[in-house]
Amino acid sequence: MKRHTFPHGIHPPELKHLTESKDIETVPAPETLVIPLHQHFGKPAKPLVEKGDDIFLGQKIAESDGLFSASVHSSVSGKVKSIDPFSHPGGSPVPAVTVINDGEDRTDSKILKKEMSLEEVARLSSKEILEKVKEAGVVGMGGAAFPTAVKLNPPSDKPIDCFILNGCECEPMLTADDRLMQKYPHEIIKGAELACKATGAKRIIIGIEDNKKKAYALFCQQVKNCPSIFLSESERPFREVALLKTKYPQGAEKNLIYALLKREVPRGGLPFDVGTVVQNVATSKAIWDAVSRNRPLYERIVTVSGSGVNETKNVSVRIGTPIYHVLDFCGGIKEDANLLIIGGPMMGIVQWTTDVPVIKGTSGIITWKVSQAPLEFSCIRCSRCVDHCPMRLVPTQLAKLVKYDHLSEAESWGILDCVECGSCQYICPSKIPLVQWLRLGKTKIISKKRKKSA
Amino acid sequence: MSNNKLIIQSSPHFGDKDSVPRIMVTVIICLLPALAASVYFFRWRAVILIFSCTAASLLTEAVILKLRKKPLHSLFDGSAVITGLLLAMTLPPSLSVELAVIGAVIAIGIGKQVFGGLGNNIFNPALVGRAFLQTAFPVAMTTWIPTATLQIDTATFATPLAELKFQAAAAQGTLASLKDLFWGNTGGCVGETSAFALLLGAAYLLYRKAADWKIPAGIILSLFLFTGIFWLADPAKYASPLFHLFSGGLLIGAFFMATDMVTSPISAKGTWIYAVGIGGTIGLIRLFGGFPEGVMYSILFWNTFVPLLNRYTRPRILGERRKS
Repeated sequence: MKRHTFPHGIHPPELKHLTESKDIETVPAPETLVIPLHQHFGKPAKPLVEKGDDIFLGQKIAESDGLFSASVHSSVSGKVKSIDPFSHPGGSPVPAVTVINDGEDRTDSKILKKEMSLEEVARLSSKEILEKVKEAGVVGMGGAAFPTAVKLNPPSDKPIDCFILNGCECEPMLTADDRLMQKYPHEIIKGAELACKATGAKRIIIGIEDNKKKAYALFCQQVKNCPSIFLSESERPFREVALLKTKYPQGAEKNLIYALLKREVPRGGLPFDVGTVVQNVATSKAIWDAVSRNRPLYERIVTVSGSGVNETKNVSVRIGTPIYHVLDFCGGIKEDANLLIIGGPMMGIVQWTTDVPVIKGTSGIITWKVSQAPLEFSCIRCSRCVDHCPMRLVPTQLAKLVKYDHLSEAESWGILDCVECGSCQYICPSKIPLVQWLRLGKTKIISKKRKKSA
Repeated sequence: MSNNKLIIQSSPHFGDKDSVPRIMVTVIICLLPALAASVYFFRWRAVILIFSCTAASLLTEAVILKLRKKPLHSLFDGSAVITGLLLAMTLPPSLSVELAVIGAVIAIGIGKQVFGGLGNNIFNPALVGRAFLQTAFPVAMTTWIPTATLQIDTATFATPLAELKFQAAAAQGTLASLKDLFWGNTGGCVGETSAFALLLGAAYLLYRKAADWKIPAGIILSLFLFTGIFWLADPAKYASPLFHLFSGGLLIGAFFMATDMVTSPISAKGTWIYAVGIGGTIGLIRLFGGFPEGVMYSILFWNTFVPLLNRYTRPRILGERRKS
């Protein structure tokens, strides 16, 4: 069987066995939730509620501010306790709505509707689909949290022919997408069809890595069985399932497009420049829920794993649930665990406290014990970072240029093309914090550019 | 619920288990067969040279690190040991200990530490030490003794390459046999004579990915082609490509010296240019130069081009337009 892939990349330990057989459990909503107004790429949302307000489950509590922003909804019913900056998985505090949960999950028939029939869904125009997706605050759930309504609305001069469903989950340890694919194949496929309707794509490719054989087999079957939202045969996009080699970062957008279609997204460009839109499978399900049931994005599936947690699990969590509450549900964190990551082990962000909320982009909560940081040696120019960089950059050179502040040269060597996947640093025998240097360089260059244009 | 034990670090949180000291240890392991062969052929002379070069390298490294107020842990990364071993392996077995020590001090001091230590040098340190000795003590560096397994008059003994160059050995049919060259039963530097032992170590070196296969492949192919053309044209005057492959320092140079990560290019394209360049230059010196052997100068010469090659052979970034 053909397995698609891209050049370069690495093979870190997968460690999927810790959770891949664990079905999704639901974490009961806690008494207090902290729902950040900034859970997406772009501007923070503007709050619509005030302290003391009574709110419903699924009620919009903050409105998206401009195009690159996303609305935020309450994940429980109860009272607004405060709107203040609060610690955030991204590192720096952002304004957040603290809600006291009344435990009743009261909602309004205007907010959450019964699932529409396929005929009703079929009658929706692409504009209505986009409106519903935007209204539900759907963002990319793979980690980058890009507003989905923006992604599904490419400029009219960029025709889209192929919609790619990203079921790679190439980060080690994470199995949330794997379990989601096994549980909701129809919702995911129908969500993809809605995306096709919005973008005009005529082809759906579902890309799954070959370490998720069950999900792959299931999708091979379900692409044939799943009913379509397109009533006429001729309008239906062609569905196919593609097996990908298990390799990191197979799920990185540009590498995935190359692996499946052999198209290269131009430097500084976006997938629509080569006629594609890529969405994570969880996002696809969120699109379906948003369109067919008006269901806002207020909960998600998270993998809790690592040797530092007592019971590894895949859990469904309401957005705004503090991490410690999720960890307690999983038997608590072990005494000696000293590393807490939100996301996966390759790109996840470490936390200094367990009192941060789960947000729309939280795919994993990982913890283990690290011993001393490894000794750093000088670069011996072994070129392993060059041989493994999925963007085909020269990380060691870029790190040196940043170190000595040659920023314009770093830019001409392509530092802004870096996706911070961590492959270079993973493979580095000198244990140089390459990603940290490159991130520093990128931040400096971008802030310089902002100053210039301001 | 804050947990003050939690540590902060930048992603990624996974790392490969390979490290600089592990790579260096692998290289040392790969040198063992050739070192054993050198002791077999040159007995105590080989032991003394290997020991004195390694000790002098480590000592020089330690003293200079101390003077530069650098942490001493880089003394144990293994790179100084490799420099010492490689230097010893490229010295004539009859060389005196004093000269060997001078070579080691120059190799580490001038070849490596003046540039800022591991990773910053331009030239292969061992070859810098050897080039210094060759220039300063040319007679001592070209006086050869037969191996302990050969029963020959020592006064007129020469290496197979010198016989080829200065005694027209190809025309007279007195060239060393390929069999002797392969097993190492010929005159030459301490660790370069046994092709068999070198290839044994090289196989493991490539298997462990401690060296880039493109470099020996490029050197050997280009030298083979270069000498092959002349051999086919006039076999009475020129030696066969296999003779060139197994004689002199070609194998140790191609597998263990040109592959020094620090002094070889980082891009694939640059690596091919570098490798083919070295092979061609070796052929040029051996066939038309004043010296019988050209491995050392070819590698040093191409080391100078590495920064330039790195600059002009940057890989094409994903999505970057090809120049039309």
